[in-house]
Amino acid sequence: MATAVMPEQRTNYLNAEHGVKSWLLTTDHKRIALLYMVSVTFFFFIGGVYALLIRLELLTPAGDLVQADTYNRLFSGHGIVMVFFFLIPVVPAILGNFLVPIMIGAKDLAFPRINLLSWYLYIIAGMMVIHVLLTGGVDTGWTFYTPYSTAFASPKVVETGLAVFINGFSSIFTGLNFIVTIHRMRAPGMTWSRLPLFIWANYATSLIMVLGTPVIAITLVLLVLERVFHLGIFDPKLGGDPLLFQHLFWFYSHPAVYIMILPSMGIMSELIACFSRKRIFGFQFVALSSVAIAVLGFLVWAHHMFVAGMSVYAALIFSFLTFFIGVPSAIKVFNWTATMYKGSVTYETPMLYAFGFIGLFTIGGLTGLFLATLGIDIHVTDTYFVVAHFHYVMVGGVVMGYLGGLHFWWPKITGRMYPEGLGKLAALIGFIGFNLTFFPQFILGYVGMPRRYYQYPPEFQMLNVLSTAGATILGVGYLFPLVYLIWSLKYGEVASDNPWNAAGLEWKTTSPPPTFNFHEDPVVDFEAYNYDELKEIPRER
Amino acid sequence: MSASHATTAGSAGAHAGTQDAAQRELRHHFVDMQQQSNTASLGMWLFLVTEVMFFGGMFCAYLIYRLMYFKDFAAASQSINVSWGAANTAILLISSFTMAMAVRCAQLGKQKLLVVFLLFTMLFGAAFLGVKAKEYYDKYEEKHVPGVNFEFKGGLLGHPEYVVNQQHAQMFFSIYFAMTGMHALHMIIGLGLMAYLIIASMRGKFDTSYYTPVENIGLYWHFVDVVWIYLFPLLYLISRTKG
Repeated sequence: MATAVMPEQRTNYLNAEHGVKSWLLTTDHKRIALLYMVSVTFFFFIGGVYALLIRLELLTPAGDLVQADTYNRLFSGHGIVMVFFFLIPVVPAILGNFLVPIMIGAKDLAFPRINLLSWYLYIIAGMMVIHVLLTGGVDTGWTFYTPYSTAFASPKVVETGLAVFINGFSSIFTGLNFIVTIHRMRAPGMTWSRLPLFIWANYATSLIMVLGTPVIAITLVLLVLERVFHLGIFDPKLGGDPLLFQHLFWFYSHPAVYIMILPSMGIMSELIACFSRKRIFGFQFVALSSVAIAVLGFLVWAHHMFVAGMSVYAALIFSFLTFFIGVPSAIKVFNWTATMYKGSVTYETPMLYAFGFIGLFTIGGLTGLFLATLGIDIHVTDTYFVVAHFHYVMVGGVVMGYLGGLHFWWPKITGRMYPEGLGKLAALIGFIGFNLTFFPQFILGYVGMPRRYYQYPPEFQMLNVLSTAGATILGVGYLFPLVYLIWSLKYGEVASDNPWNAAGLEWKTTSPPPTFNFHEDPVVDFEAYNYDELKEIPRER
Repeated sequence: MSASHATTAGSAGAHAGTQDAAQRELRHHFVDMQQQSNTASLGMWLFLVTEVMFFGGMFCAYLIYRLMYFKDFAAASQSINVSWGAANTAILLISSFTMAMAVRCAQLGKQKLLVVFLLFTMLFGAAFLGVKAKEYYDKYEEKHVPGVNFEFKGGLLGHPEYVVNQQHAQMFFSIYFAMTGMHALHMIIGLGLMAYLIIASMRGKFDTSYYTPVENIGLYWHFVDVVWIYLFPLLYLISRTKG
């Protein structure tokens, strides 16, 4: 296996052109996806180092490793990098970029050059944030609440705000590209009812990117104007209202949670159908629940502000709507479970991640309902309960989904298989590490440990030690794939065109695909997830 | 790479007769020119949706503070010269008309008239910015620019007893400069796009089979015009009566 050599190379998107320039000036969506993969992974590990430092400080009750100021910069850096530079782009910009055109039978995204521009905007914004981090960082948290950010915090707030602004346009252009591509570029026969659920999920995600991101963009512009030119918009000393900032901020930043989770939900549908060898149960419901989440997601933002001094009637309405968004999420989980029922379930690495996703997302989602309840929310606001809740959704959901999808499509992207044994081991380590890290935080929060403090009373130490121990295990669980996936690029078993015997257009082209994705223009005369027709063919692996 | 226009940009005029623009400009990943231009125009419409949301944040801030500080906003609004604003509204409307004529000429293949109308559009756009600069300068002279030197001496029409709150008047001007400044920035980008269209059409890039950029930049121009149609009454005409 170590000597596995590619058979006489067919021309594919990887070897069609050579040299740095052929990558940096490419307009091929598959190459841009790989550019994103390298840069997003880089930011993931930066954010990870910050997380590790936070967990190290919290190992002991006293503030010994760092002091309060540094600690504030650590959690702000962690949040800003992870939210804007990892979670938001990770699935759409990497797997979405690679797969959206192939899955609908197109040669490329609608606007290939704008796609490349998106990546450059991401890189410029990323460089700015790294510059901020290296020259002292910001201590506002990733939420930049006014008036602290515009009147008191370090002036680096301006550069950080501009970086997030620029990064927002990267996200807007990706979303715009996806929507237009899905509307206009589908192969003959690829009707909306035949669109894979990963495409539906990315379509819904793109709606949020296009409608929400401009609002955070203008909010940050106003923040920068207030900070630099002292225009009175949010600062009460200038007559402004800080609540307006919170409303505008969360109008984007709550839907942004669905930008993160929806594409991973799309991956789930692909994985569960493939490894259960069944058409996804309730296809239309799963498809439309993505759109429902995108729409409802815009109506719940103020649940981040229950203690901020809103009117109690507004709070009641937002609480109600927040419960309501549990419905489409539950539809997905129930339909995935129903798909597995009486399916021929097998346990390859991607499916292990899918199991992890369902379990962790369910916990994350249900604790979201706790938080939607006004009384409980007031009790646990700004405690570790909230931290645990959104990490179950963001890390347990988004990252599990991404890793599952990455393993699933790795043979298509690179033409090589990953080592299955190590893959399963890493999935297991990640699952254990994750729960050990974040489950204790639910308890910590419930008994009253506030978030964003660098020291705590000694009675909280036991659970914090567990959490820190879990974080190191989780770190190992993430380093594993980094190592063996890179290893597999050279030494992995050569992948066939369809190693999983999976349905979908992406498996009907070669691995890796040619530059224009298909050797002849595809025509779609089959339904999505037609596993009943594929069942009898023996697995190639 | 796609069917690049690098090969055509310089010499297009020379062989414009032998090959129509649609054949030249069709990109590799589209089936035909109709798919390509439908795609481009959907992209532009969607981009304009993002622009609506972008300006929406500022309109939201405007609305809230106008409700909170209505009298101060009205007084501050009265200090802006409504004639210049009205003149600018007229200028922009005329520029939208010339832009619409430019698109019509592109459809009909009247290449010379196309250039003429684009030049007029650009001219009116520049005139708008000139008037805007004059208005900004007046506000600077009157110390109405937010900051340490801000000072608002005006009162509220018909209510001589009302003492205008300096801070709230300053907030009106904060929003005034933020909104009209962002609009002016869009106008400047629009002028750049006009310059591109003029050069491209003089080089013979467009004919009746391909004029998508003219149409889409036209959409953008009209959008920026529409934003002003809202800004003018909201900022200049809060209350001009004496009652």
